Amino acid sequence: MYKYDQYDQAMVDARVEDFRDQTRRRLEGKMTDDQFKPLRLKNGLYLQLHAYMLRVAIPYGTLNSRQMRKLAHIARTYDRGYGHFTTRQNIQYNWIKLEDAPDILAELATVEMHAIQTSGESIRNISADQYAGAAADEIIDPRPWAEMIRQMTTFMPEFSYLPRKFKIAVIAAEADRAALRWHDCALRIVQNEAGEIGFEVFAGGGMGRTPFIAYRIREFLPTDQILSYLQAILRVWNRNARRDNIHKQRMKILVHELGEDEFRRQVEEEFQHFLALGEDFPQAEYDRIAAYFAPPPFETDLSEEIDRSDPDFALWADHQVAAHKAPGYAIVNISLKPIGQIPGDISAEQMELVADLAERYSFDELRATHAQNLVLPHVRKQDLHAIWTALHEAGLGEANLDLVTDIIACPGLDYCSLANARSIPVAQKIAERFADAERQKDLGELKIKISGCINACGHHHAGHIGILGVDRKGTENYQLLLGGSGDEETSQAKITGPGFDEAGIVDAVERAVERYREIREPGERFLDTYRRVGMDGFKEAIYG
Amino acid sequence: MKILTGNDLKTGHVIWWDGQGWSLHVEDAVDAGDRADAIIAREEAECRVNGAYAIDGEKTADGVRPAHIKDRIRALGPTVRPDLTLKPADPNAGNWVI
Repeated sequence: MYKYDQYDQAMVDARVEDFRDQTRRRLEGKMTDDQFKPLRLKNGLYLQLHAYMLRVAIPYGTLNSRQMRKLAHIARTYDRGYGHFTTRQNIQYNWIKLEDAPDILAELATVEMHAIQTSGESIRNISADQYAGAAADEIIDPRPWAEMIRQMTTFMPEFSYLPRKFKIAVIAAEADRAALRWHDCALRIVQNEAGEIGFEVFAGGGMGRTPFIAYRIREFLPTDQILSYLQAILRVWNRNARRDNIHKQRMKILVHELGEDEFRRQVEEEFQHFLALGEDFPQAEYDRIAAYFAPPPFETDLSEEIDRSDPDFALWADHQVAAHKAPGYAIVNISLKPIGQIPGDISAEQMELVADLAERYSFDELRATHAQNLVLPHVRKQDLHAIWTALHEAGLGEANLDLVTDIIACPGLDYCSLANARSIPVAQKIAERFADAERQKDLGELKIKISGCINACGHHHAGHIGILGVDRKGTENYQLLLGGSGDEETSQAKITGPGFDEAGIVDAVERAVERYREIREPGERFLDTYRRVGMDGFKEAIYG
Repeated sequence: MKILTGNDLKTGHVIWWDGQGWSLHVEDAVDAGDRADAIIAREEAECRVNGAYAIDGEKTADGVRPAHIKDRIRALGPTVRPDLTLKPADPNAGNWVI
């Protein structure tokens, strides 16, 4: 994985000292909250419901065991012994003291981590396929481009005061594991008929109160022109965005209002200007960055056999293990969704265990997923049982990847100052309702996503079953949505009808699921059945 | 009644105006009446509170309670982690929150 050079380290270290000075001045009363707030947000520090919350960037979801151990150390030393993996492959801590924040950032800098641009009107952490560099179905590892985009977009003056946040995702497989078209800008690496590699470019996606699925604005862009093209997109948005209205500032609104064709025309025009400057990266720079992401030294002649004599292990392997590009290897998904627990939460001790497993079994690599799980990307199949045993003993052995209990949930009203309703208790109750392993297996792939407010951090628009918490005259109410997806056949979920209270929404989900079970055709997932029969096929079962 | 709440500047802890200063316990909150804006302005200027605001509360037999669910959750802690609330040893401590 990428290693900081002296420039990276100097920039991050300087940023820590800047923030230390800013924090000191705030604590001494030399700066008002209005003056300090944009500065702390630029360093990922929010003020949430119970305390300050620090969001730490995990670029394209990749980290090593040393970094994970540092995250565990921070959880134990400065927080309350745990962290929360988010839907943007980051981690956040919920109980941070302002006076500790500069020390935490200094600790992160020692392992090449930071919280820069994890908040505010900036280009956020670049997200990527969590299987990058390992997936059997990918064309090439997308992370070198993600890293170059990260470098270009960090501290870039023209884009330091954007109208709103801007989210980029990069993948290199037909299967979309990164919710690509729900991003402001999404890049999928493709191969044309001549065998050349380029980017398929999407723009104008996003969730929130006005959801849009990104349009494809370029079928094929040579990879060495990506920085110019991205700058063109950003400049067109930055120049034309509705800065007068906070609800209309995201790029998706501009793309929608201009129309796909006019937006594309303006981008292409600006693109020619950037191309003429000749500032795109040369091949040597790509080669330099790509060398950091060279495949690890995979062993050869490994056995493909997996001993499935232990039924609990076999169940886990069936659900949590994905195909790897190297013979004899596998990708292990670690569920952070134990039944009845908080989606995405992990204790310091569990972080350390996962770090140990990565170091011992996965070439020291780990990944965070947008679905709030973790991944060991490069594991020998012969080590799977040992890994499962260790995970199982640590409470991380749940076998539910992409099943009904693998629920994405935002922190909701239990932690978030923007939320209108709690998300976590709803996720816990649904998981408990469907806890039976046979029932989950029978239901197959079923993605439930829960947001505690219209900002949609829990991706409810992309849920096969989505749940949106709202405030109805001071009480929590939950809207049910069906038919969303974040995969390569992206779709936006639709609201079923009137909302439910906390107990009612769990029952409503179960009625929808049971309806699916009654009417599904062989091989159909929940989403397939919904797409075949539409909302009408479910509505009566849900509302009676 | 109007009660005042905000976060401690240094620690971020949720705090409540008790008439003399700021308490961690909502039970100590007092009616700020029509002095809310003046108290907030003074206390923020002195860096004794951050992000302060006035909310509706009511006095009950068990003490002062915020009217809105969001501030009731703020008052005690996350409903999903009783061990991290202000009263982790009391299993009934959160009965009034939801």
